[in-house]
Amino acid sequence: MNFTLEIWRQFDREAGGEFETHKVTGIDPESSFLEMLDLLNAKLGRERKRQVAFESDCREGICGTCSLVIDGYPQGPKQVTACQIYMRDFVDGATIKVEPFRNNSFPVVRDLVVDRSALDRVIQAGGYISTTTGPQPDPNSMPISPAVQKEAFDAAICIGCGACVAACPNGSAMLFTGAKVKHLNLLPQGQPERETRAVNMVEQMDAEGFGGCTNYGECARVCPQEISLDVIGMLNREYRRGQLAEKPADRAPMTTQ
Amino acid sequence: MIELDAKIPDGPIDSKWRTWLDSHGLVGPRNRPSRSVIVIGTGLAGASCAASLGAQGFKVKSFCFQDTPRRAHSIAAQGGINAAKDYANEGDSIQRLFYDTIKGGDFRSREANVWRLAELSANIIDQAVAQGVPFNREYGGSLATRSFGGVLVQRTFYARGQTGQQLLLGAYSALERQVKVGNVEVFSRHEMLDVVMVDGQARGVIIRNLETGAIERFAADAVVLASGGYTNVYYLSTNAMGSNVTATWRAHKRGALFANPCYTQIHPTCIPQSGDYQSKLTLMSESLRNDGRVWVPRKPNEDRPPSEIPDAERFYFLEERYPSFGNLAPRDIASRAAKHVCDDGLGVGGTGRGVYLDFRDAIAEQGRDAIAGKYGNLFDMYERITGDHPYETPMMIYPAPHYAMGGLWVDYELQTTLEGLFAIGEANFSDHGANRLGASALMQALADGYFIAPHTVTNYLAGDLEPASTEDSAFDRIQDDVEEHLQRLIDVDGTTVAQEFHREMGLVMLDKCGMSRDADGLREAIAELRRIRADFWSDVRVDPGVAELNQSLEYANRVSDFLELGELMCFDALRREESCGGHFREEHQTDDGEALRDDDDFAKVTAWDYRGEEDEPVPYDEGLAFENVQLATRSYK
Repeated sequence: MNFTLEIWRQFDREAGGEFETHKVTGIDPESSFLEMLDLLNAKLGRERKRQVAFESDCREGICGTCSLVIDGYPQGPKQVTACQIYMRDFVDGATIKVEPFRNNSFPVVRDLVVDRSALDRVIQAGGYISTTTGPQPDPNSMPISPAVQKEAFDAAICIGCGACVAACPNGSAMLFTGAKVKHLNLLPQGQPERETRAVNMVEQMDAEGFGGCTNYGECARVCPQEISLDVIGMLNREYRRGQLAEKPADRAPMTTQ
Repeated sequence: MIELDAKIPDGPIDSKWRTWLDSHGLVGPRNRPSRSVIVIGTGLAGASCAASLGAQGFKVKSFCFQDTPRRAHSIAAQGGINAAKDYANEGDSIQRLFYDTIKGGDFRSREANVWRLAELSANIIDQAVAQGVPFNREYGGSLATRSFGGVLVQRTFYARGQTGQQLLLGAYSALERQVKVGNVEVFSRHEMLDVVMVDGQARGVIIRNLETGAIERFAADAVVLASGGYTNVYYLSTNAMGSNVTATWRAHKRGALFANPCYTQIHPTCIPQSGDYQSKLTLMSESLRNDGRVWVPRKPNEDRPPSEIPDAERFYFLEERYPSFGNLAPRDIASRAAKHVCDDGLGVGGTGRGVYLDFRDAIAEQGRDAIAGKYGNLFDMYERITGDHPYETPMMIYPAPHYAMGGLWVDYELQTTLEGLFAIGEANFSDHGANRLGASALMQALADGYFIAPHTVTNYLAGDLEPASTEDSAFDRIQDDVEEHLQRLIDVDGTTVAQEFHREMGLVMLDKCGMSRDADGLREAIAELRRIRADFWSDVRVDPGVAELNQSLEYANRVSDFLELGELMCFDALRREESCGGHFREEHQTDDGEALRDDDDFAKVTAWDYRGEEDEPVPYDEGLAFENVQLATRSYK
């Protein structure tokens, strides 16, 4: 198969960027989208031209490193990570547009590589259960029904890729944040910090410049893990609950040992 | 002459770790903030170790090459984690987990280490649950377990087919909490390129900031390598694209001995390769063998679709050869069996390198919903990659390089032969002997990171240490070496990208130092690797520009280390004149084709000393004493 690629090229954070056109030929339909980009880079190497910077790691859809927008869709048109897109999914001879995730809180580092460290800082604000390493109670002393486990699990599978943010017209990270809040706040282990978790994480989200949710639902439509929009509803409820419960003393434990 | 002292505490095996804990050196809480530790890697071992040391109050600097610590490749582990909790009331125990692991490793691991691992296994589950890891639950709310290869009990805890992801996110959340607390500083997109020794002690690292390209120095009182395994030496493997040997290899070149490099695990259940363009192989969890039956057609060149082949004409080769373990035979054995039937011309799929993994009978017995509940996400993943539906037609699988049992030699305290340099998780050679059992990697990485290294590193920090400083001239020297190596890669100014050399060397490694090896092949492999290395250094194409984000430079730098490691693996495989676990020498097999060990000459660990690019490495042996298990032929029949 043959394709024309329009690829975003940008030298670093400060530089401006532009689309560059490249042709790739003789592509096997069973090769993945990223393997097609590998071949492009091999060709650029032979021509002694600067190779296209793009990130991937596990190439099996679980690490969340992919950060491509393919033909306008974050992670591509199949609601899977970009590494799980195969060239058989495209029409032979097609022109394909490849860009990095677009969001003010995800600065472009080079070409298709973006900085998503803002999401780490949202987790630092409360995306954990404050326990340290050491003797813990036997898990069966705290039974959790499979139904609750399943609901928490369906949120916990977020891979932190940030496609939700890239898809949102508001640049909101509420699907990401809601997934973590739902995972932890549903479980008995998460209860002691339940009230502060949502408030602290939402405040960090705001500080990072992410927008608010106005129910477009684009995030859930691109999420490769199919995380449901429900997590945003829960985030909103937990945030209100946290605000109502808030006493100055509640905030302190999150930042001390 | 190097003496390998494993520093195993005296006393009966079940009290060795307790004895060690009761007598190790401590650092008082008020002094801990003045002690610093560098941890390389943020997978299960690295993240759990950094978080635990931070929680104790030490100052920790944690490094990963990925854009965030949560992406480390532990995330991709699917099936589960073993623990001797006996929730299934089968008579499981520490002793049994210990024995299964020693036997699974074909009697090539250290008894004391493996006992400690089994002893700590239950704590790991408790720790993870306390962090909110959502393991699967039974109807009454208690934790669920299942079986994995090589054992007859159900001791594997799991979180659907994403156990590694959930455990890693647990460790990552503990790590990020310590960042918030201020005890850990995380440096993402920072890759370690060398270790700095000052007066015989590891006192820091040279790091490349992958975004700016800046070469940076970091000093600390101790350095912990948790940089993972090296199976990307085969190019096509289940590892991530970025998984590499550089941190441990560079430490090896500075004097850390590298143990058992030839012990690599080729995992039996992966999606077969489909073409030359392919960049990685995808694992299908071993848990599938709980319900899937492995077979090939009895007739060579069978052209009927699998559904039309009657049972009598199917060769269920694992069930026939290993009736007591059947489809749950350990990985090395299952992989080799698949290779043999394909070598005999019975393989299926376009390349003839594939066997069926069939769920027809399980679906008929348990119903489609029950199977979907257990493996739904794996079936979906298979369908997405291959376009075939495992509910309707059998999966096709073939073995793929997956895990490295070898790694840096460490003593009981997980310290390498370099003082102050520790290695944990897959980066060390430790507990799996010549073959790792399923669901034991997560267990070992977390035992090392949560419960062992935090104590053994503390013990080291309690000693007499001068304050570390990046001003020391040793940092100048090592930094010069690192910069020179990077510049050399750019100066080749060739036209072939590193990936092509990597692919070429991978084919040699898989063919001659993979599932089976022989002396002639290994010698050929060494010669071929040297030729590829020479070609690499005369024609590799790296984008110019050290002081900027440069992925072609990162990749070429890693491949330059793989090329050297490959050679060491061949030397090790050549010297080990026996077959054990994942190391199968054609010359050493029983009449029915099973591995033939030589306990008189090879019940030992081989640790290699690096002697420069031109000279051959020098082996040192650590004898393995078996006092608590009887050496036996490893049979799963």
